[in-house]
Amino acid sequence: MISKGKKERAKQEINASSMADIAFLLLIFFLVTTTIASEKGITVVLPPHPDDAPETDVQINERNVFNILLNSKDMLLIENELGEIHMIKNMVKEFISNNGRNPKLSDSPKDAIISIKTDRGTSYEKYIAVQDEVRRAYNELRAAFLQMSLEDYLKLDEKNPEEKELLKKAKEAFPLQISDADASAPKKK
Amino acid sequence: MSKFKKKSKTSQEIPTSALPDIIFMLLFFFMVTTVLREATILVENKLPSASQLQKLEQKSLVANLYLGKPRETDRFGSEPRIQVNDVLIELNKIEQWVLQEKDKLPEVDRDKLTISLRIDKECKMGIVNDVKLQLRKAKALKVNYASVQKAS
Repeated sequence: MISKGKKERAKQEINASSMADIAFLLLIFFLVTTTIASEKGITVVLPPHPDDAPETDVQINERNVFNILLNSKDMLLIENELGEIHMIKNMVKEFISNNGRNPKLSDSPKDAIISIKTDRGTSYEKYIAVQDEVRRAYNELRAAFLQMSLEDYLKLDEKNPEEKELLKKAKEAFPLQISDADASAPKKK
Repeated sequence: MSKFKKKSKTSQEIPTSALPDIIFMLLFFFMVTTVLREATILVENKLPSASQLQKLEQKSLVANLYLGKPRETDRFGSEPRIQVNDVLIELNKIEQWVLQEKDKLPEVDRDKLTISLRIDKECKMGIVNDVKLQLRKAKALKVNYASVQKAS
């Protein structure tokens, strides 16, 4: 009888303090094993396959093409001059926003074409860096066109109809026209 | 002395019963927000970094193509290989794969298929251009070069 009475007085709780530890272990497990999928990147639309598209001879004025060449040693040739990657942005900006003033640069942003030529040996990292710099030049011009900072421009969301309208306007004013070709590819007859 | 005895009787413990709940909430948050990778990647996949990135909106319309040096060089060689889903494929199979991916989508969305190119930064443009030519052949023209946000 005495022992029974003792039992009743003792607390019947389960010790739950280790529960936190177990949950922590699970948490750490998930933290380590999962990777937040980075569904971000540079979006491009490829031209149709040469066999599908009828060859059309479009005459493009030489002044409207901004040439960037990357060779197999990752050396840059910008408008026929050796250059560094950080020079691209300002040169591209000057080229696009020329509006016919300098006869060597583009007629208008709508005519301007950026041509990026690569070699089979060019590293992909360098190619992306160049693509990124060209895009930065365009984005800065678009941001300036909308009278906002680059950060604000990049935050614009296509889902919001008002912001989509702004983006559309900026893209119309400065359409991104990149032609990238494989310089080492055999020329079509 | 009697005062001391009284104090010692009251429990000095902090109630920790709510702690597991808090941790569980954290756990669920991470479980929901993180996405388990569907495919085991057989190739090296260090993405290049860039600053002007665009987000891919609809995940169901995205198909991943991996390109890089195989991890198991003794089995697959050391040249960059193409991986889709769980297998390494040859260049000439890309077209077929794109058609398969398009078949998975409802008919109205077939043209909206975006190919996310997850290319290792060590790769050379030669193979990248080969892949791009195949994609053009397969009429999968919307392409995304997956990259990591660069701290600017």
